[in-house]
Amino acid sequence: MTVAELLDKIDEPLKLAGREFRSRLILGTGKYKDNETMTKAIEASGTEIVTVAVRRVDLDRTKEEGVLYHLDPDRWALLPNTAGCYNAEDAVRYAGLGRAAGFGDWIKLEVIGDQQTLLPDTEGLLAAARTLVAEGFKVLAYTNEDLITALKLEDAGVAAVMPLASPIGSGLGLLNPFSVRLIKSRLSLPVIVDAGVGTASDACVTMEQGVDGILMNTAIAEARDPVRMALAMKYATESGRLAYLAGRMPKREQAVPSSPTTGMLD
Amino acid sequence: MENVTGAAGRDKIAITLNGEEREVPAGLTVRDLLAHLDLHERLVVVELNREILRRGRYAEVPISAGDEVELVHFVGGG
Repeated sequence: MTVAELLDKIDEPLKLAGREFRSRLILGTGKYKDNETMTKAIEASGTEIVTVAVRRVDLDRTKEEGVLYHLDPDRWALLPNTAGCYNAEDAVRYAGLGRAAGFGDWIKLEVIGDQQTLLPDTEGLLAAARTLVAEGFKVLAYTNEDLITALKLEDAGVAAVMPLASPIGSGLGLLNPFSVRLIKSRLSLPVIVDAGVGTASDACVTMEQGVDGILMNTAIAEARDPVRMALAMKYATESGRLAYLAGRMPKREQAVPSSPTTGMLD
Repeated sequence: MENVTGAAGRDKIAITLNGEEREVPAGLTVRDLLAHLDLHERLVVVELNREILRRGRYAEVPISAGDEVELVHFVGGG
């Protein structure tokens, strides 16, 4: 195989909610200091999917600028979220509003249980997931590191399970690699780690666990130079994925020399 | 709710719009309301009395006194 052929086969596309994507990095669009920075960061990241929130139009401004003024929906798939919803009923309502915008029937489902940690309320999450699946949504469910909840979400018919690395906006990185690997090993669905990534190494380590993708927002938006960080995250996501596919060497507690032990001078 | 005659002689009606009481001209359709508020139809989702409206119905659905209207759109979020 030539190098060119190798590069061509280097990875399969990400298969998500009936579509295929080359990039395994999904970006949030919140918290950027301005829309120009947001758009440049999104471009630098190589992402093909961005999440958006659903909120009231601010009627006191004469010219309202929602995010669609700056994001071409033909270039990036828009994935609405149910951020800010603390119960299933609200999440279902927001999902419906997101779908009515006309950019598809997928939804990043969040049902939050605690304001300080933004950890998911798994009861509400499962209830909302079941309702939304029955209503024909493709549900990408933001969840915690619990295998049992992930299995229940799979049974409920969601399109992807999205365990957190650490709390939203915390930048703490992947706190529980074992649980994330466990979820990936037991589910047939795509597993996309969402929330808590802080810097490039976090993204790389997360992808090395074998997950299908990663979603981040704050790590890029709150970097000193978001566009540079977006590029770092693009490389980190790709390199973590390739390292996983390559199959790492084993860890040992004894040294094994890399140079020959024979042929030494007397 | 009562109709109030405005200075221009047109009736106004009171509705709840994005959680706040507002007076708007009587006889508007949803489409008219969006135009009145200078909003682009394609970028806004309308929920009327807790029912999400399909965009194709904006021109035919009337805004009545006492209606609760929510106008939402996509904003940046994670």
